[in-house]
Amino acid sequence: MENLTFDLAQTRVSDLNRYLHVEAVKKPAHKVTVKNPDGAHNIAVGLDSPVEVEVIGHAGYYAGGMNKTGKVIIKGSAGTGVGENMMSGVVHVRGFASNGAGASAHGGLLIIDGDAGLRCGISLKGGDIVVGGSVGSFSAFMAQAGRMVICGDAGDALGDSLYEAILYVRGDIKSLGADAQIQPLTETDITSLTDLLQQAGFNHDPKSFKKVASRRELYHWNADANQEY
Amino acid sequence: MDAKTTQQARHLTLEESYGYDRKTLDYIRKAAAHGLYEIRGMGAKRKLPNFDDLVFLGASMSRYALEGYREKCATKTVLGTRFAKKPIELDIPITIAGMSFGALSANVKEALGRAASEVGTSTTTGDGGMTPEERQSSKTLVYQCLPSRYGFNPDDVRRADAIEVVIGQGAKPGGGGMLLGQKVSQRVAGMRTLPAGVDQRSACRHPDWTGPDDLAIKIQELREMTDWEKPIYVKVGATRTFNDVKLAVHSGADVIVVDGMQGGTAATQTCFIEHIGIPTLAALRQAVDALEDLDMKGKVQLIISGGVRSGPDVAKALAMGADAVAIGQGVMIALGCNGDTYGQKGKHLSALDDYAALGTAPGFCHHCHTGQCPVGITTQDEILEQRLEPAVGAKHLKNYLKTLNMELTTIARACGKQNVHHLEKEDLVALTLESAAMAGVPLAGTSWIPGSR
Repeated sequence: MENLTFDLAQTRVSDLNRYLHVEAVKKPAHKVTVKNPDGAHNIAVGLDSPVEVEVIGHAGYYAGGMNKTGKVIIKGSAGTGVGENMMSGVVHVRGFASNGAGASAHGGLLIIDGDAGLRCGISLKGGDIVVGGSVGSFSAFMAQAGRMVICGDAGDALGDSLYEAILYVRGDIKSLGADAQIQPLTETDITSLTDLLQQAGFNHDPKSFKKVASRRELYHWNADANQEY
Repeated sequence: MDAKTTQQARHLTLEESYGYDRKTLDYIRKAAAHGLYEIRGMGAKRKLPNFDDLVFLGASMSRYALEGYREKCATKTVLGTRFAKKPIELDIPITIAGMSFGALSANVKEALGRAASEVGTSTTTGDGGMTPEERQSSKTLVYQCLPSRYGFNPDDVRRADAIEVVIGQGAKPGGGGMLLGQKVSQRVAGMRTLPAGVDQRSACRHPDWTGPDDLAIKIQELREMTDWEKPIYVKVGATRTFNDVKLAVHSGADVIVVDGMQGGTAATQTCFIEHIGIPTLAALRQAVDALEDLDMKGKVQLIISGGVRSGPDVAKALAMGADAVAIGQGVMIALGCNGDTYGQKGKHLSALDDYAALGTAPGFCHHCHTGQCPVGITTQDEILEQRLEPAVGAKHLKNYLKTLNMELTTIARACGKQNVHHLEKEDLVALTLESAAMAGVPLAGTSWIPGSR
C-alpha cells in the first residue's frame, strides 16, 4: 500500500486536510502518516474515502472528526471531541482521550485504549465506542443510539437522559444519571460485547460487564418528574 | 337589556387588579391544573419597543432624494467576506431564518426554498438536519450546526453553501430546542435518531465545545472540513449582545446572526419567550457597537432577526448597521399562518373549526407546538400538511419578499441612497424615550440620545 508522509513541523494541517479531501478520494485505499502533530487541532477531519491516517504523536481537538469510511490511528493521546460526529470508519486512540470523545457519532467505531474524559459519547447517535480504561462524568449524556463499552470505571451521572443507546461497564459506576438503569445482559448483549471487544482488541469476559439502558420514563412530559427534566 | 347582558355590563364597572389581571389569573389556574409550564410557539407577545418606534428623516433641503422610478437602488448583499473563499451573494438583504423540518412540514420547506431562490436569497435549515426537498429547492442554503446535532451529516456540510453554528435563539437564549411527541413522526424521528412519538428535548449546549476559545477551534474544524470555502455564521440569542458579538468575532465567525426576543419558535416554555432576552432594537445597537469597537464593521457581516416584519423594519435595521435581516414569523404569516382560510386547488376553505378545536382563533394562534396547525404549516400530519400547497405558498412568499424589498428601496431613495446598504443611523430618529435609548438614535426633534455620554 502506498504510504505518504506529512510532517506537520513543515506542512500546515490545512494542506494535509486538503490532500485528504481532494487527492485521497481519487486514489485507491492508501496510507498517510502524519509526523510531528504536536497537538495540532483538526487533524484528518471530514475524511470521505477509505484512506488510513496514522498520527505519530498527540493530536489536538476534533482529530478524525466527522469521519466517513476513513481510518484514523493516533499513536498518542487525543484532545477534545476526537471522532466527533463520525458517520462510519474507525478512529483509534492508542493513548488517552479528552472530553466529548465520540460526541454525536452517527456510526463507525471509536476505540480509546486509555481513559476518556468528561462526556464521552455525549449525544451518541448510532456509533460504537470502546474505552479500554475509565470514562469521566456525564458520559453518554442524552445518548440516542449506538453502543458504548467501558472496560474500566464510569464517573457520575452515567447515561443521563439516555434514549436508546446501550452502555456496558466492566468496573464501578460512580452514579447513574436520570432515567438510566442497570439491566440484565441478554444473549444479544453478549454477542454485541464479544464483537466490539474483539474489534477493539480487548479480551475481557463479556459476562463481566454490566448493562445500562434507559428506563424510558422521561420520554413524555410528566408533572411528577420535577427537576429530572 | 336582558338579565345576562346587564350582568356582563356590570363587570365593566368593576375594578380589575393590575397585578392579578385576567391573564395572570388564567396563568395561575393553568399551573394549578397541569403542574407543568406552558409550552407554545411564536415569539414574545408583550408590548416591546420595536422598529415602529423609529422614523426616517427623508431627504429635503439638506439632502438630495433619488427618483423612485428612474434611479437605481442596489440591494445586492454579500455575506462571509472575512475568511470564506466562497462568500454568499444575495440579490436582496432579506433572508429566511432557520426553521426545522419537524417544526415545519416538508411542503413548507419546499415553498421556502422555491420563493427564496426566485427572489435571490437564502434559506436556512433547522434542528433536525437537511431534507433533500429543501436542498433541491434552495439555490443558497445555510446549514445549521446545533447543540443537538440531530441529523448532522458531513455530506450535508459539504452540500451546504454556508454553515451557521447556533449558540442560541431569541425566543429562548440558554434553552434547547423542543419538539413535542405529536410532531415526532416516523420521518422526523428517523432523521433525528429518536423513537417516534417521544417529547424531544434537545440539548442547550454543544456536545463538543464549551466556551469561545473552544468555539474558535470548532469553527476551524468546519473550515478545515470544507477547505475554507464556506462562510461560517454564528447565531446568538440576544442577551449580553455586546460581549457575545465580540466573542463571536474572536472565535472567527464570518457572519454573526443576532436574534432578538421577538424572534419566534415552534415550541418553547412561555416563561422563556416572554422573560429571557432583550428586544431586537437594543440587541442590534449593541451588536453594531461591538463590531465598531473592534473595527470589524463591514468585515464581519451582521444579520438581525426577531420581529422584522416589513420593508420599513428592514430599512431601519440596515440603517442601524445590519447587513441583512432574517425573517421567520413574517414568512409563515405570508404562507397563511393565523389566516381564516387555507387554499386548496384554487378554493379558500375555512379553518375556523380547527382553530376552535385547539382552543384558539385566527390572529391569536401560537399552537405550533401541537402539530395541529389549522393551515398546514407547522405540522407533520399527513392530512393537515396538504393544506399548504408548495407552489401557492411559494408565490405568496415571493410576493411578500418582493414587497419588503420594494419598500426598502423606496425608503432608501427617499433618504438619497443609491444602495440600501448606504442607509445610516443618521437617517433615523426615535419617537419614544425607550427606543431612543435602546437604538441609540436621538429623540425626534432633539439631539438627545438617552444614556449617551
